Amino acid sequence: MKFDTPATNNPIDQLKVVGRPLDRIDGPLKTTGQAPYAYERHDAVRNQAYGFILGSAIAKGRIDAMDTAAARKAPGVLAIVTTLDMPRLEKGPMNTASLFGGPEIQHYHQAIAVVVAESFEQARDAAAAIRVEYVRQPGRFDLAAEAPKAKLVPGDSGEGSGAPPEERVGDFEGAFATAAVKLDATYTTPDESHAMMEPHATIAAWEGDKLTIWTSNQMIAWGKRDLAKTLGIPAENVRLDSPYVGGGFGGKLFLRADAVLAALGAKAARRPVKLTLTRPLVANNTTHRPATIQRIRLGAGRDGKLTAIAHESISGDLEGGQPETAVSQTKLLYAGANRLTSLRLAVLDLPEGNAMRAPGEAPGLMALEVAMDEMAESLGMDPVEFRILNDTQVDPEDSERRFSQRQLVECLRLGAERFGWSRRSATPGQRREGRWMVGMGVAAGFRNNLLMKSAARVRLDGQGVVTVETDMTDIGTGSYTIIAQTAAEMMGVELGQVRVRLGDSSFPASAGSGGQWGANNSTAGVYAACMTLREAVARKLGFNSAEAEFVDGQVRSGNRSVPLGEAAGADGMAAEDQIEYGDLAKRYQQSTFAGHFVEVGVDAATGETRVRRMLAVCAAGRILNPKSARSQVIGAMTMGVGAALMEELAVDKRHGFFVNHDLAGYEVPVHADIPHQEVIFLDEVDPISSPMKAKGVGELGLCGVGAAIANAAYNATGIRVRDYPITLDKMIARLPELA
Amino acid sequence: MRPFTYERARTPAEAAAAAARNPGAKFIAGGTNLLDLMKLQIEVPSHLIDVNGLGLDRIEATPEGGLRIGALVRNTDLATDERVRRDYGVLSRALLAGATGQLRNKATTAGNLLQRTRCPYFYDTNMACNKRQPGSGCSAIGGITRHHAVIGASEACIATHPSDMAVAMRALDAVVETVRPDGTARQIPMAEFHRLPGETPHIETALERGEFIAAVTLPPPLGGQQFYRKVRDRASYAFALVSVAAVVQRDGTGRVALGGVAHKPWRVEAAEGELTRGAKPAMAAILGGARPTHENAFKLTLAERALASVLADAKG
Repeated sequence: MKFDTPATNNPIDQLKVVGRPLDRIDGPLKTTGQAPYAYERHDAVRNQAYGFILGSAIAKGRIDAMDTAAARKAPGVLAIVTTLDMPRLEKGPMNTASLFGGPEIQHYHQAIAVVVAESFEQARDAAAAIRVEYVRQPGRFDLAAEAPKAKLVPGDSGEGSGAPPEERVGDFEGAFATAAVKLDATYTTPDESHAMMEPHATIAAWEGDKLTIWTSNQMIAWGKRDLAKTLGIPAENVRLDSPYVGGGFGGKLFLRADAVLAALGAKAARRPVKLTLTRPLVANNTTHRPATIQRIRLGAGRDGKLTAIAHESISGDLEGGQPETAVSQTKLLYAGANRLTSLRLAVLDLPEGNAMRAPGEAPGLMALEVAMDEMAESLGMDPVEFRILNDTQVDPEDSERRFSQRQLVECLRLGAERFGWSRRSATPGQRREGRWMVGMGVAAGFRNNLLMKSAARVRLDGQGVVTVETDMTDIGTGSYTIIAQTAAEMMGVELGQVRVRLGDSSFPASAGSGGQWGANNSTAGVYAACMTLREAVARKLGFNSAEAEFVDGQVRSGNRSVPLGEAAGADGMAAEDQIEYGDLAKRYQQSTFAGHFVEVGVDAATGETRVRRMLAVCAAGRILNPKSARSQVIGAMTMGVGAALMEELAVDKRHGFFVNHDLAGYEVPVHADIPHQEVIFLDEVDPISSPMKAKGVGELGLCGVGAAIANAAYNATGIRVRDYPITLDKMIARLPELA
Repeated sequence: MRPFTYERARTPAEAAAAAARNPGAKFIAGGTNLLDLMKLQIEVPSHLIDVNGLGLDRIEATPEGGLRIGALVRNTDLATDERVRRDYGVLSRALLAGATGQLRNKATTAGNLLQRTRCPYFYDTNMACNKRQPGSGCSAIGGITRHHAVIGASEACIATHPSDMAVAMRALDAVVETVRPDGTARQIPMAEFHRLPGETPHIETALERGEFIAAVTLPPPLGGQQFYRKVRDRASYAFALVSVAAVVQRDGTGRVALGGVAHKPWRVEAAEGELTRGAKPAMAAILGGARPTHENAFKLTLAERALASVLADAKG
């Protein structure tokens, strides 16, 4: 099905099942521990051995020799494959660092061997007995030091946000020079780890030339393609199965060493092999969100209207890598005639930088939306009103191009009202409650809506049970449930009549989970398949398909009514289709918007910043399931608290690695950090986006949160920290004298 | 994790004797730290002596009016004991500021004292660490040191001791009761129990080989107001950047011990006379001679300010 004109009325608009806050259909399986994650697929294949990956002890250089003699003699060892056993493997288009093979070391904890043994403990013990001779080379590990050498490059996060190397509209320098009120500030964000609950894990089994991997991956079709390419085997010989994913946040978008080394280990041991990445390897072997240095210049008239906007970002990555597209939202968020955005990339020898939830926008808004707060203060304006004044309903770089829907102003107004924004003191450092200095902050949230082809197959059996099959993944987002809701709505059955099977590469290829594109596109693919199935059912019954109604488990036309199961017959029926998109995304800018409001307390003695209240008002098209959508947004808000206040992969600039590579050292928020969160979804349908009229929310919830927290901390204390995370050591010297 | 042998000891003397017989032995109780370290091959005991069955899990009143805490009393049980809550508030608060409910349910009194540093270079076996491998050097010096010691460190080691409980026990002048392999008992004041790193950072306590902790004794209650102020980046489940254990009397005198600043709970009794003059002079005396790194110099200000807020709270 091609979607190339705005949606009109369709069966989804009945909203009998879609749009309702239903519990997750996979919830009981998960809460009772019965949903098996990759490492727990004990029944998937017999005779599983255990693999353990050894990571490089150096960040840059090469391996001269590896002595595996002692390891091979260790109890239980079945096979050892080292990186010297093969030349450097091919890699997928999304990967920067090589995953295995050859003597060259590109980054710390690069996989250099896999040990397969009868038990996990034996494999780990033997891996520690491998002796490696390294030849170290000096590396580039310090972004600030390399920044002057950074080159202009185009950016594509792989998750939809992108920007050319340098984009100019009007005359930025001229307008900035003559602006009545100006801001020129530099902000830094640190490297961050996805730190998902479930580490990367895979079980691999060969049957002749055919390879099956049970794994944890967000993008099944990419994984299949890239694993085949990496191993040099035909894609049709590879099957991926990933029905449950314990969090990904972009860390599982791409093929990683777990899948490759489980496959190589299984081949060498001639047995199925299961392995998982240890926590240190999640931080240093896989990808992370790269650190940024962002310079923002804003110029405005005394009336508060922006006349000049410049946002320039520098980040680092391995040779051949990508910049963090931190300026992409700045191209679209506010009006202003004279604009400059640029992306620079420095070459670093740290582990690979790549997509993490809202790549680009998350760190980009942490800078831009603090700059807007600073500018509002310089103008003597309320920061909500300043943003509203500079709203735009068209693409600021192309005034002919409208937003399909843009309710940023409504988000900010409703949020201000609900949050009690009028109680905020415009002068910082005024409100005190006991030991706490209290302040409020606001930021705009912005994230694009991305359209991706997505296919599904829908089966109908003789009992009227509807089964959906698609390689879509549920990474904790609620995909199972919204897909079931979509199929139930389309086929006119109760939710309980729908089965959903996900994550298997033998199913039709979906949009997958990334870039907050999963919900809208995967359900639109299910919509397409259901439309095709409805037509087939109507045709079989001799009904006019345009008139046939699918209601209450029946197909009705005129005065005839046939139960769905009877219509399907004993052999059942099936239909497969996909949604693909025309040029609506070119003709309209499709984006999602939020107003984030935060109240924090900062301990007047110690500078500890603790969030007290958070509110997000989101405008993101039709909300398919307000309950799971809310979960997405509050999870993202929590991630924003981490980014603003504590998360930082600490770089050892001598040895070139992330030092705090476990969940004790890499702090993410705990329950005690998150006292109160509220989410409001504006009533919005977006017929430009898809037949579902939905958009994404999973990343919107993160975009802008960090800045709102930073602005609240400033409002509480009058101390502006432009270097994330905002930890107490950056405030303490400027805190008020104690009595 | 290296293969190891395992036995269950039935008496403290038996545990100590078993340890003396096995040079590579370690005692195991809650295992909340030791097992993690064994998985990473930071600890490689050849033999584990399980001491969970020794019956040392009671808190008893002493004839002197204090409490004798069995070595195996779990952190949760100690923190919630009615007498501890009433008479030793600083200890209860310190315990509850540490780890998580699940860990506190497992972790024991003796194990808490013996937990090892959380220095990330200690945990990464690719990095040089004098504590893990004596003589190999210290990777932390010149590296990421935000959490490291600001006082009492050496050229060999700048790690901190991570315990909260031990900081409170230091303020309370607790005494560690042990049994040696030859069956004799001794008493080690908290002040002498943990060592500064010096040239031998791998030797962390005054315990001799095989010496077994049987109990920790608290002197009679001190009265006063008792505080444990733990400062950290997130609200729970994080090690202290700085912590202040304080007992403050009505007249403004009192005791202070610090966590997160040194290789042991840090207390300078001679400085406590300054408490009545305020946090600034008191902390200047407590942390006199501190040698922080560029990254952790903030701890000096932080310790002073944390103490100031405690003293302000004490005044009401």
